[in-house]
Order: sequence, then structure tokens, then C-alpha cells
Amino acid sequence: MATTEETQAIMESLPPAMLEKATAAADWVIILPVAIALVCGALLLMLRNSRGTQAVFAALSVIAILVCEVDLFIRVLETGPQAMTMGNWLPPFGISFTVDMIGVLFAIGASFVTLVVIIYFQAEIVAREVRNGFYSLIMLLLAGVTGAFMTGDLFNLYVWFEVMLIASFGLLIIGGRKMQLDAAIKYGFLNFLATTFFLIGLGYLYGMLGTLNMADISLTAPNAPVGPITAVAALFLLAFGMKAAAFPVNAWLPASYHTPDPAISALFGGLLTKVGAYALLRTLLLLLPGSREVLDPVITGIAVFTLILAPLGALAQTNLRRAVGFLVIGGIGAVFAGLAVPSLRGVAGGTFYAFHSMLTMTALYLVAGLVERMTQATDTRFMGGVYQFNSPVSIMFILLVFAAAGLPPFLGFWPKLLIVEAGLGMQDWLIVSAVLINSLLTSIAGTRLWAHIFWRSGREGDEAEVFNDRLRPLTVIENRASLTAAVSLVAVIMVLGLWPNLIFESVRIAASDLLQPERYVSATGLEVTP
Amino acid sequence: MKTVIFRTIAPVLVAIMVVFSVFVLLRGHNEPGGGFIGGLIAASAVALYGIAVGVEEVRKALRVDPLAIAGFGVLLSSLSGLVSIAYQVPFLTGLWTIFHFENTEIAVSSPMFFDIGVYFAVLGTLAAVALALEEDEDQK
Repeated sequence: MATTEETQAIMESLPPAMLEKATAAADWVIILPVAIALVCGALLLMLRNSRGTQAVFAALSVIAILVCEVDLFIRVLETGPQAMTMGNWLPPFGISFTVDMIGVLFAIGASFVTLVVIIYFQAEIVAREVRNGFYSLIMLLLAGVTGAFMTGDLFNLYVWFEVMLIASFGLLIIGGRKMQLDAAIKYGFLNFLATTFFLIGLGYLYGMLGTLNMADISLTAPNAPVGPITAVAALFLLAFGMKAAAFPVNAWLPASYHTPDPAISALFGGLLTKVGAYALLRTLLLLLPGSREVLDPVITGIAVFTLILAPLGALAQTNLRRAVGFLVIGGIGAVFAGLAVPSLRGVAGGTFYAFHSMLTMTALYLVAGLVERMTQATDTRFMGGVYQFNSPVSIMFILLVFAAAGLPPFLGFWPKLLIVEAGLGMQDWLIVSAVLINSLLTSIAGTRLWAHIFWRSGREGDEAEVFNDRLRPLTVIENRASLTAAVSLVAVIMVLGLWPNLIFESVRIAASDLLQPERYVSATGLEVTP
Repeated sequence: MKTVIFRTIAPVLVAIMVVFSVFVLLRGHNEPGGGFIGGLIAASAVALYGIAVGVEEVRKALRVDPLAIAGFGVLLSSLSGLVSIAYQVPFLTGLWTIFHFENTEIAVSSPMFFDIGVYFAVLGTLAAVALALEEDEDQK
């Protein structure tokens, strides 16, 4: 046994293990979005049998989260990335939350979309689903997504992926229909597989570098041997590519997203694939840029195939929400395209596209849900005549199709412009032409849907004069909750499309922090070595 | 499984298991044990009681919904992390106070409340799963 003096001497000779700096209460905005979502999810689980108050409580908490994130956004805009290391353990040993521009931008998008979906859901409330914990699963999903966007630790990212996966699994099967269970098996199996690949990659990476702190990895990875570290990057590419539903591992998305209630589809379409896209941008650009260069032909191939095949899939679909699912996949292709031309513009374009896709795809699913309710069908062959019946919905749908295709002056145009400019700058004609062809095909697929659902007066096979007689008007609550939610989301998309300056500025900062990690690393509290 | 022997011995076993689970929970900070394993033991006590006397009885005895217990656990754990906002340290930093009672030291800390939260989360989740499974069996 060592005496007290000896112990003290040993203790003093050791390097410090804890951060001594005080944390101001205002710095807590870094962790509060996740903490509020978790606390609220837990409370809602306890209150799941009390009806009525749950929706208000959930909506208020999402608003609180949104306020924290906007405050965080302003801080990041003014002073650069922010970090907090849990328990004050010295990084890279403590688990850090490091929030840079891309993280906070996506987090804001995620909470805003969640708020819209909660309002939209008020019209389609099923008491049984609420009792089974609908709202608490929504909050846990938001906690998982926000945690994934904000964490500065790769293993912690894995944990948030799991939180998100479990919550989405619950939401997918909450209606209990047979089709949903079938979808949940495909969705669950492939996503568990992807997370397992991620975990295997994590294990290799930790074995090689001895660290999982993102900032620390970006410092130590350049010294690691190229071959093994590229193998890890390839595993990440596969895992996150599956999560993001990129070609050729995209089959689970169209097989599952159309089965739950439209509100849940919308939430999935807006949030889940984007976390995969975010993780790709984060790992391949900030952490392992050297490996990205080696994998560049693969990434280009994935981008081109995803960009072209996804809208073709949408063209071939007759199920409305399945077709929208293919449009979601096409958007992931655009993020890959940004990853394939990693100049400042290209990365900014990919980031911008993912943000745009969060809002637009959610809105598309919400509008599709309204259409399904009016036509009482899920198959576009049995829809028709909605334009005469409800013109606001049809106008929203066509605007969203234009935004998804990337026609000016809608929101999707700006990121595609950035990516094309980057491709031209790097003489990558393949990416440039794929992005342009994607826009063309997406507008064809989208306008075809529009023509079938809205323009045609009756159902497929009917004579032109025969009006679709199965249409039913929206009820008062549907107008008040669902239509209002969808209209406000579309309005936000339009406004951001017409005045994109703020987002341009933010994605430029996001891209430069991804490409030059100095600010990210020093925010975590690590020394930047030359 | 509603044999006389089992029904007679089950309450005694359940009481011992619950007390033991609390013991395992509290010794967990420095020695093997902790919230997760404690919660598992408590949940197996609930499951055992369910096999012996039927799910309805257990739900009556628990008074609250098992999932609400799990929610309370997550809430307690999160709040134990949030306490540190008042002490100018980051989320989840361990905070300690030591009370002196006669000649014993009683250490009260935020990691302990975190662990108690884990205990309730595990207990609630697994009890809900076990009771749901046993309920199915009762219906047959």
C-alpha cells in the first residue's frame, strides 16, 4: 500500500485529467436541445395515457429546442464551432459535443420539420397510437437525430444512430397494420446491418488510432497507413450509404416509407436519410479526407447511378408515396455528387441540398398524405380530378416538384447550381451531366404524377368527361391542422428559395469548416499540430 | 405454473430479489453491480411474480404502468445530468456531497441518481416486455 504522500506525489506527476475552465450557463445551449428532447420524451412516456395535453407539451418542447438551436446558430455564425465535453474530462477522453455550422443547420431543419409534423398529425390522431407512445417516440427520434448532428465523438454518433433507429422502428409499426410489420422487417434488418458495419468500422478505427473523438481523429488519421484507414472509410461509406439509401443499397426505403401514417412518412423522409448523408459528409470530409480521395471513383459512381436511377424509379411507380420515396433517394444522389466534387462550392452544395431535401421531402409527403385522404386511394391510377377539387393542394404539389427537381427560383435550384459550378470547376463532366439529367428526370416524374393526380379529371381508364366521384373534401380539423402545417412548410421553402442568402452564407461556413478542420479542432480544446 | 408450492414461495422470493436488486444497485459505484444489473434483477422479480400469480395481480401490485417507470428512470437520469448547470460545469459532471451521520459517511452524488435512473429504466422496460409476453400466455 502506498502512503498518502506517495499517492499525492504520483497524482501530481500525472498530466491533468479534467478541464478546469468554468462553463457558463449560456453554453448549455450546446447540450440542451438533446437534453430537452430526452426529458420530454421520458415525461411523455409517463403521461401516455392522458389525452389532449400531450400534443401541446410536445409542440412546446420542440419550440424550446428550436429556440436553443437558433441561439446556437447565432453563436456559431459569430464565433465558430462550439464545444462542451461531458463530465469535464479532458478531450479526447471525455465525450464532446462539438457543434459546427453543418450540425446546427441540420438540427434546426430537423426540429422545424418535427414541429410541422406534430401540427399536421393533429388531424389524423389515432387514440391507440397516442396511447402506444406516439409523441414520446417522436421526441426520442428528435433526440437521436439532434444528438447525431451535434456530437463530436464517433462512438457517441453510433449511440445516437441506435436511439434514432429504435424510435423509428417504434413509429413504423405503431399502427400495427400487416403491411407495416412487413416494412419494418426490411427496414429494421437492413438498418441494423448498416449500424453493424458502422460499429465494425469504429472498432478498426479505434484499434488503429486509439481515439474516437472526431477532432482527434482528424489530427491523427493522416499519420495512419493508407490501406487500412481506407478500408475503414469504405466501411463507413457502405454503412452510411445504406442509412442514406444511396444506390445500390436503397431498396429498403421505397419498401417501407409508404406504409405508416403520412405524418410519420414525412418525418422519416425528412430526417432519417439526412442523418446518413450528414455522417458521410462528416466522416469522409472532416475525418478521413485522404481516404475519400482514394474512394473518389466509387463515390462518383454511386452519385451518378443514384441521381439517374432514382427519378426513373419514381417514373415507374404508381403508388404515390413510393414515388416520393424515390425522389428522396434522388436527393441523396445530389449529396453524393457534392461529395464527389469536394471543392468549397461542391461541399457547400451537398450540404445545402441535404438541408433543402429535409424541408422539401417532408412537405412532399405531407401533401401526398392530404391527396391520399381526399382521394381515399394510395395508387395514382385511382386518383384524378384533384385540381378542380382542391387547388391549394395541387399548387403546393407542383411547387414542391419544381423545388425537388431544382428549377429556379425554387430552393432546390441553388444547391444544384453550386454542385454544377463545382463540377465545371473541376472538369468533372460526369457529375455535371448526371445532376442536370437528374433535374430533367425528376421534373418529368413529378409532373407526370401531377398530371395523373390533379390534371386528369377522372381515374385511369375512365372517359375524359367522367369526373372522379370518390373525392371527399377535407374536414374542418384537416383544414385547420394538416393543411395549415403543409402550407406553412411550403411557404418557408418558397421564402428560402427566393432569399437564399442566409443559407448560402451558412453552408459556405459549414463547407469551409469541413474542409479545413482547424476551427473545429480548436473548439474541442485540442492542440492543432501542423 | 399455478402450483401451490410455487405460489407460496414466490412472494418470499420476489421480496428477496427486490431487496437484493437495491443492494446491487447501491454497491455499484465502486464494486461490481449498478443500475443495469440491479434493474435486471428487479425485473426478473416482477416476471417471476407474474408467472406465479398472473399478470393482472402484478399490474395491480405495481400500481403504475411499467413503461411509466421506465420513463421516470430516463427522466431521473437526465435530470441528474442537468443539475450541474447550477455549478458552472458541463452536462453530466459528477457532483458529490458527503453527509456525516453519527460516525458514518453517506455519500450522495449525481452519478448515484443517474444509476438509480438506469435502474428504473431497465426495470420498467423489461417488466413491460415480460408482462406483455406472459399476458399472451394467459390468453391461451
